[in-house]
Amino acid sequence: MNDAIKQTIAFVKSKKAAARITEPLPVRIILTSLALLFVGLFLVVPLVSVFTMAFNKGMEVYFASLVEQDALSAIKLTLITAAIAVPLNLLFGLTASWAIAKFEFRGKYFLISLIDLPFAVSPVISGFIFVLLFGSHSLLSPWLEAHDIKILFAVPAIVLATVFVTFPFVARELIPVMAANGNEEEEVALTLGAGGWKTFFRVTLPGVKWGLLYGVILCNARAMGEFGAVSVVSGHIRGETATMPLHVEILYNEYNFTAAFAVASLLAMLAVVTLAAKKFVEWKSSGRFTPQLNTERRESGSSGVDL
Amino acid sequence: MSKKILFNFIAVFLIFLTISIGSSAGPKQSLLNVSYDPTRELYQDFNKSFAAYWHKKSGQTVTIRQSHGGSGKQARSVIDGLEADVVTLALAYDIDAIQAAGFIKPGWQKRLPHNSSPYTSTIVFLVRKGNPKKIRDWNDLVKPGVSVITPNPKTSGGARWNYLAAWGYALRKSGGNETKAKEFVKKLYKSVPVLDSGARGSLTTFIQREIGDVLLAWENEAYLAVKELGKDKFEIVTPSISILAEPPVTLVDTNADKHGARKIAEAYLKYLYTDEGQKIAAKHYYRPGNGAIAAQYSKLLTNVKLFTIDGVFGGWQRAQKKHFADGGVFDQIYTGE
Amino acid sequence: MNLSLKKQSILPGFFPSLGITLLYLSLIVLIPLSTIFLRSAALTFGRFMEIVTAPRVVASFALSFGASLVAAVTNVFIGVLLAWVLVRYKFPGKGLVDALVDLPFALPTAVGGIALTTLYAENGWIGRLLAPLGIIAVFNPLGIVIALIFIGFPFVVRTVQPVLLELDVEIEEAAASLGAGRVQTFVRVVFPSILPAVLTGFVLSFARALGEYGSVVFIAGNMPMKTEIVPLMIMTKLEQFDIPAATAIAFVMLVASFILLLLINFLQWKSGKNLVSG
Repeated sequence: MNDAIKQTIAFVKSKKAAARITEPLPVRIILTSLALLFVGLFLVVPLVSVFTMAFNKGMEVYFASLVEQDALSAIKLTLITAAIAVPLNLLFGLTASWAIAKFEFRGKYFLISLIDLPFAVSPVISGFIFVLLFGSHSLLSPWLEAHDIKILFAVPAIVLATVFVTFPFVARELIPVMAANGNEEEEVALTLGAGGWKTFFRVTLPGVKWGLLYGVILCNARAMGEFGAVSVVSGHIRGETATMPLHVEILYNEYNFTAAFAVASLLAMLAVVTLAAKKFVEWKSSGRFTPQLNTERRESGSSGVDL
Repeated sequence: MSKKILFNFIAVFLIFLTISIGSSAGPKQSLLNVSYDPTRELYQDFNKSFAAYWHKKSGQTVTIRQSHGGSGKQARSVIDGLEADVVTLALAYDIDAIQAAGFIKPGWQKRLPHNSSPYTSTIVFLVRKGNPKKIRDWNDLVKPGVSVITPNPKTSGGARWNYLAAWGYALRKSGGNETKAKEFVKKLYKSVPVLDSGARGSLTTFIQREIGDVLLAWENEAYLAVKELGKDKFEIVTPSISILAEPPVTLVDTNADKHGARKIAEAYLKYLYTDEGQKIAAKHYYRPGNGAIAAQYSKLLTNVKLFTIDGVFGGWQRAQKKHFADGGVFDQIYTGE
Repeated sequence: MNLSLKKQSILPGFFPSLGITLLYLSLIVLIPLSTIFLRSAALTFGRFMEIVTAPRVVASFALSFGASLVAAVTNVFIGVLLAWVLVRYKFPGKGLVDALVDLPFALPTAVGGIALTTLYAENGWIGRLLAPLGIIAVFNPLGIVIALIFIGFPFVVRTVQPVLLELDVEIEEAAASLGAGRVQTFVRVVFPSILPAVLTGFVLSFARALGEYGSVVFIAGNMPMKTEIVPLMIMTKLEQFDIPAATAIAFVMLVASFILLLLINFLQWKSGKNLVSG
């Protein structure tokens, strides 16, 4: 009985506190509607249209086009590519953001701009530079030829182009978050006698987990969806060097719209899968990721005000 | 994320790396045919037929690997090291570029009959059902209110044939007056609302966006589109005169020799000229070079007066330089020089 | 680049982490990109200028930079709005909306371009509604902006979102208890803290828009002088086997976007000075 009253009081109190740091209801409704309208016009409708086209010959055709030999090899190649590109860029992102966010040095913003560069480079160019680097008229070509190493128009070039295109994602997500967190917590940990690695894993990483997660999600999505750069270095050999986006193009060019959009829908579903992965990590981490030094930080995933 | 997860990532990465390196070795007896976009269906059938023929003839099992893409892009890939044994592209200009890079011996176009083009095609008009704008010939395209769909000849090799067909018609009609021809082509491209980057893009614009009154297309593409996308919605109009579009094929000497595949590659190309090969080409709405086979399909591939690129333009090198190079006639149409 | 440790920090690992960063950066980005510089260096200055000042090329530069700027500014508003709504409010389907934000990344750009063109063309689901209003959304610069908004806005959402999540609500509470209105609190308290992230999002979406090819070619119409973007010009040169010309245009684009990145990163540094490193 007593407990119930206490809970009610606590609830009312928290509601009041929440009201002070949020907007009036009409504003919330308007903002949310605007956001939903945009999402509707720019995301839901295109997505629905992709699925409409994918399913317009029925479930059977849809699934048949996914288990077809060339589609399977495209899916496999895409997974391999992402499985190499994402961890590489994850490790790079962590190292780079540590150096950039935690230390002051001259040329820092020059370095950040260099890291941003792959975003600004047209996919056409991103692929083309690897052609210039490894193509038959490049300086490296005689050596590669002599050792019978195939990079261009084979898996290595596809991976390289993907790594290039997704290069900045993790680093770029981590730098602002890590910088915003400041150095105090790490310094305290170090003064208390924790080692460098321990401090990194126990203090720094938990503090940037959301940035890290978003970075990895973006990086992975882009790694699997990249078309332009990969198209230039792949050679388009059916069943061999075609990734999923390239396979979509092949099918589209064969008037096989249904199959093309079926494979595309698979890529679109990535978003849903990554969401599930994100929720899973949130759920898994809810207990483990609250380190002693960091208990003040809000558990973020479940925040929000009811409309 | 804990240390463990990080290490797991690394482990997965290493495993995939080994798999990808391990699986890069292909099957032994194989042939890579690097082709342009609209030949997919043709070579799907043809490769099956050839593999059966070769197996019967030599006992060898051959795997034919296919690569398709825009003709110019494919040529560039071969130049950059895509190890094609044979190339089957949309225009001789692209193969000339591979030759210039040293992969193909000079004089390649004389190695096989019909300028090394076992099958040919031409440029026709695709119009909406009932032909509401009454488009019968080239001069109907520049009538006021007619909107024409064709890809950008700068990015699409196939679309260069469209442009040259229009030029050739105007040149012939004006009795060889180049100024008049230029005026005609200029007027034609002024009525193009969208220049897609490739033939497939233009087809989608015309069929699915329902933009334009007439699509300039290769004959084989037009027939395939009608068959796949709507018999009851479109009609094909063959103009009084058009260009003979010659998509050539040849052996990439250095690659075929490197792979020890010269013999089989040569047989592959020769097979295109056999009755069987010619029939497959005709089935996919290409015009077979063999007169007897062509006669069997004359109902579909109607007789039309055709001029050639060599006859009217003096070959691809000259046509390219004059019309499509920077500052050429096509640029002048838009920059107003 | 003159790198020197300016501020003492007791944190370890500066030199190793910076070293690895520079090494990886060089291998993956700098060495491959240097090929562009090497190739265009083969041109004489006169020829180089001739290529990059040709009327069609100049028109494409103006279009690419203009459309990217419009799209990136739009994306700042859309992105902050979405991030705010996703972090601060609860509404049915929120999780789904959150997931959908990544769609433009996962979808191959060509599929995105085809889907958008299908929808916004005059006979499409959305274009049909716009046509009576006199708005033609495809095959003109507006179409390009639409495609660029589509591919760019997740950058703003995903850079602002984590900062909003980590943002301490207590400061806002304090502001509120001191009598600050909601708008005032946002402008004075929240906005300054998310500004660096907003700028990052802006840069990323702008930079990405500059180079985008796959989705734009479908919706742009590619009319010379009017709707040809720079990447299409590069493709055009490549199609003519004119590799020096292609690299010359790419070179100008690279330098221009790098200067922009540098400028905006510098602005960000100015605005977020007190945030970076304590």
